[in-house]
Order: sequence, then C-alpha cells, then structure tokens
Amino acid sequence: MTKDEVFKKIVDILGKYSKTEIKMENISMETSILDDLKINSARLVDIVLDFEDVFDIEVDDDDADSVATVGDGVNLIMAKI
Amino acid sequence: MNTFTKEDILELVPQQPPFRFIDDIIELNDDGIVSSYKFKPDETFYAGHFPGNPITPGVILLETMAQTGVVAYGIYLASKQMPLNEIQEILTVFTEAEVEFTGLVRPGDKVIIRAKQIYFRRLKLKVEAEITLQSGEVVCSGTIAGMGVRQV
Repeated sequence: MTKDEVFKKIVDILGKYSKTEIKMENISMETSILDDLKINSARLVDIVLDFEDVFDIEVDDDDADSVATVGDGVNLIMAKI
Repeated sequence: MNTFTKEDILELVPQQPPFRFIDDIIELNDDGIVSSYKFKPDETFYAGHFPGNPITPGVILLETMAQTGVVAYGIYLASKQMPLNEIQEILTVFTEAEVEFTGLVRPGDKVIIRAKQIYFRRLKLKVEAEITLQSGEVVCSGTIAGMGVRQV
C-alpha cells in the first residue's frame, strides 16, 4: 500500500468521527485530529481500533498516544504494514 | 493484579444518592456484568416527571445502565491492570451512547442491568447493555461507552 492510499483510508476513518464536515482537499499531513477535525480524545481510541482493523496491524498504547496529526497516523501505519 | 470481590467493586463506584442507581452486582467477570436496582418511590425526579404520573426518565435509565455497564464494570476491568490507589484517582466520564427505550419503569420497579464488553482499551470501555424488568421485558438497550480520566 502506498503512502497516498494509507492517507486516503485514514481520512475515510476520520470522517466517521469528525464533528465538522471533512473536505478531502483541506486535509494535509499536518492536520491536527483533535483541534482541526474537532474529534475528542475518547474517539482517538476508536480511531486506533479502526487502524488495527483496516490495516491489519497492532498498535500498542504508547504508539497510540503519539498520534496527534493525520501525518502521525500515516507514518505509524507505514511503519507497521 | 487485584482480586476484588463484587462487593469491593460496588464500594468503589463513586456515585451516591440521590444519584446512585446500582444496589447489587449479581455477576461479574471478564465478559460482562449483571446488576440490579430498585427505583424507590421517593426518588427526587418523580415529583416532576410527571406530577401525578411518575415515570422514570429515559436519561435516568441511561445513567443506570452506565453506572453498571461503564463505571462498575470499568473499575473491575481497570483493577486487573492497576493498583487500588490509582483506580481511586480515576473518574469515569460518559463519552457516547446510542440507545433505544422500549418500556416504562415505574416507582418501586426493580430492574436488572446487563452489559457485555465490546472493547476495553486505554481505559475506554464500550459495552452492549440492556435493562430489563423482572418480567423480562426490555426497557432500555444500546451501546454505551465511557473513559477513565485522572481527576484534576
């Protein structure tokens, strides 16, 4: 899977949880999941569980804690698939 | 880590009257929890909901489901991962719910609350839960979640 494909899949996952309408073209690697997408920290647990299902990986708690931006998610997943 | 009894867990639930809706824990294991609560005729909300026609509010049923399914059960699951003093510093906050109400609960009714684990990760607990009357009628069911946060 390419970095671009991972990025798109992550944006799809985030779309399920965002309180603001996500416009694909407005999201970059620097987009903050909590602040820019208005996703609360409890939802980050669900997002990481979705990462595990969609990409068939395991994310331990320390790795999960390091995810703040979309790019953090992409890099975490690229390192594990 | 700890071996808490059902009574120990009940004692660790921080909610107290008039906002405590759990009397007993009947079953408790890694898969789920079963508890009971009897709605007393003098619960504070019956005076207003509704005058002359007391019905337990849906939000109270939701709270009842959460005190068992998320708070008590969450404390139990956390007790396997951390010592007692850390558990006592954690407060469980409600994070989300999707529920359906399908029956009425009147003053004096005893209800049974059941919850099964969907997941417990990083102190967030999501469960499938339901409340039944003693007749077996389901009055409230759905998916609820809460998360343990360190008290400030």
